[in-house]
Amino acid sequence: MLAVRVLGTLAILFVLSIIVFSMLHLAPGDLVKTLLGTRPASPEAVAAIREQYHLDDPLPVQYLRWLGGVLTGDFGQSIRLQTSVADAIGSRLGLTLALCGLAFVAAIGTGIPLGVQSAVRAGGVLDRVGTALGVIGLSAPTFAVGLLLLYVFAYYLPIFPVYGGGRGPLDTLYHLILPAITLAAGLGAIVLKLTRTAMLRELDADYVTSARARGIPEGRVRRLALRNAAIPIVTGASLLLTFLVGGTVLAETTYALPGLGTLLQDSVLFKDLAVVQALTLLVALVIAVIALLADLAYLLLDPRVRAKGGTA
Amino acid sequence: MTGIDVALDGIEGPAGRMVEPLSFEIAPAASLALIGESGSGKTLTAKSLVGLLPPGFRAAGTLRVDGREHRLDQADASWRAVRGREVSLLLQDPFTSLSPVHRCGPQIAWTLEAKAGRRLPARELDTEVARRLDEVNLPARVARAHPHELSGGMRQRVAIAAALASDPRLLIADEPTTALDASNQAELLDLLRELQHERGMAMLLISHDLGLVRGRTDEVLVMRHGEVVERGATARVLSAPEHQYTKALIAADPALALDAPVHAEASVLAEAAGRAEASGLAEAAGAAPLVRATGVVKRFGERTVLGGVDLEIAAGEIVGIVGESGSGKSTLARCIAGLEREDGGTIAFDGAVLTPGRRSRTPGQMQIVFQDPYSSLNPMMTIGQILREALAVGGRAPSEVAELLQTVGLPADAAGKRPAQLSGGQRQRVAIARALAPRPRLLICDESVSALDVQVQAQILDLLGRLREELGVAILFISHDLAVVRRIADTVTVVWQGRVVERGPCARVLDAPVEEYTKLLVAAAHRDRTLSHDPSTDGRTIPA
Repeated sequence: MLAVRVLGTLAILFVLSIIVFSMLHLAPGDLVKTLLGTRPASPEAVAAIREQYHLDDPLPVQYLRWLGGVLTGDFGQSIRLQTSVADAIGSRLGLTLALCGLAFVAAIGTGIPLGVQSAVRAGGVLDRVGTALGVIGLSAPTFAVGLLLLYVFAYYLPIFPVYGGGRGPLDTLYHLILPAITLAAGLGAIVLKLTRTAMLRELDADYVTSARARGIPEGRVRRLALRNAAIPIVTGASLLLTFLVGGTVLAETTYALPGLGTLLQDSVLFKDLAVVQALTLLVALVIAVIALLADLAYLLLDPRVRAKGGTA
Repeated sequence: MTGIDVALDGIEGPAGRMVEPLSFEIAPAASLALIGESGSGKTLTAKSLVGLLPPGFRAAGTLRVDGREHRLDQADASWRAVRGREVSLLLQDPFTSLSPVHRCGPQIAWTLEAKAGRRLPARELDTEVARRLDEVNLPARVARAHPHELSGGMRQRVAIAAALASDPRLLIADEPTTALDASNQAELLDLLRELQHERGMAMLLISHDLGLVRGRTDEVLVMRHGEVVERGATARVLSAPEHQYTKALIAADPALALDAPVHAEASVLAEAAGRAEASGLAEAAGAAPLVRATGVVKRFGERTVLGGVDLEIAAGEIVGIVGESGSGKSTLARCIAGLEREDGGTIAFDGAVLTPGRRSRTPGQMQIVFQDPYSSLNPMMTIGQILREALAVGGRAPSEVAELLQTVGLPADAAGKRPAQLSGGQRQRVAIARALAPRPRLLICDESVSALDVQVQAQILDLLGRLREELGVAILFISHDLAVVRRIADTVTVVWQGRVVERGPCARVLDAPVEEYTKLLVAAAHRDRTLSHDPSTDGRTIPA
């Protein structure tokens, strides 16, 4: 079953690579002009471009050459930054990873405990406050939350920096706090909702009644229910990671962070196709891997699925 | 003073009073049965004694355990001292009462630690868990198993070990065997009785089944609509019931009819003979059977579930299939219905061979009525919508809903209701009406009455019998309950481990079984209901 799942992921990535490759040819306007960017379109420059991109070869050959480059880490040159795409991405990857990681930890760290408490005391004060916060977090767009936080915590109360990525690990962390909260708001709300729903269902199950009737302490009963609720929560949370990828573009733009999100945005605006291609492929890869990991987690969490996977 | 003394002043629910004041005492090692239909308040009474009433319900009164008094309306925090140590609760369904993602050992160990009030060293826990498993006749390796790897009977044993690990003074068993096979039921109840005697533990056994408690409890309390209508020694209540309701319960119980007077047997036999004659005539006229399954084989992975099964159903005939869970009886029905694809053999309907799968079947050929009327109806649709949908499938006019409702004995205003507003029996009537909508020639009933109370069960069986007479529909009736099958089927096919063990007219097979396995089943069904324990028929069915 696992082998099938991995093969499926590879197949999806293959199809995606074809689509990403065709972006170059599907982009509106003249391909050569797009590749030239702002450079003057002298006949020599055009010939050089055609030569560099092997545009005179048949399409399948072009694709295979491109794919070969991608697999060896060569994504081509960024015409905007005048560096290799790999370098452009590499220098900004760390910041985006830190931002996403921080946001994810914050969302899980608040969403799950709040969700559990909301379910345990359903209808209580905490539950109602949690639900209200959840609605706000879910419905407020990321950029709006970002602007609001900027106004309040960087402008009126100058606690946090307004923009930039900072220097050195600690300074970077300091710079990332507001953006991470911005990203985590929507995410945490979904985690809270997921946890609350899953826990409510599990707390209502027979095995919880049975555990309570045996005199098992409430703390352990809750952990028992949470362990069972973990199956839907983990599946849901892994899907959320993919939301994070889109959200990071907005958050980085709002806080002017030099991460992959801003790189993607600038590259799209400048028609820096090689970078856009590489980033799109990267995002696709990340999402496919997350989905695969979610399936593995499911296998790990649910012994019943494990048993079926073993015989099939 | 020792023993259990309950004085319940009543249980209030959101819709008013649910249980009237009642009181009872149970001596150490003695047992009391609380009998009643669903909705009689028996489960609420049980839950009030561990402080686990559903939200919105409140109980008042006192529970005395060996002289220690506990108020039934005390706060949840105070209940924690009572649960486990004084009173433990065993739930009905072994498939849901254990956490599916944890191994069995830890689930028992938690109770041990809860009683000790502290963490215990792993080695000590392992030894103790093994001892507790041994007490319920399970090998120590079960501790490493997940619940889904065990059979229903084994799971219920694990649940018993977990419930008793805190050595309670009172065990409340809420329908502990309803979800199990007949042979497992008897064994489990005897095990509980044994454990009770060893520990001097009192037991409150809750059941809807009067026959089941015969010889297994000292006293009986019969409840109806939240009130105790009759109480007394078990033997007395069963042999000389005083209240009309108790009499009705006993009369409705098909299991008690297993030992029914001779004239009933004779009439069954005569009737069966008549039917056999009728079907014999039909066959003589050259009519092919409605369904002819030959050599049906079905495998799930490595496991062979059906190993070449033959089955014939004549038009208008009621064929019973009996067997324990896992015997393959449901799989056979699902193959006939096209819900599973058989791996070998042929299934012919009306002489024409059907290819495996649903596509080759038409709604007018056959329909299924499933076991659980709570999950087989869409909760978001009204009964009218459900039936109109089924009528459309059969190409009938939506206006025939009323007629359909009348056929299954439901009032016309049921069409506007949703499943949640109906009782279990009414829902199963709706499920039958839905199955009848395309005018099928075969109705497949897969444990269709197993989830119902005995009285409702009797009504549904009567309904099925009437439908056969009126509509001439053939019925394939699958059940693990011999008594129920005897009440309705013309012929019986006994299935064991994917093979047909024995078949023949219902009365012959169940009264004079030829094969060892059938004898075992019949004996278990009898033993289950009576005092007479015959060690030679100790039907152990727990897989090694």
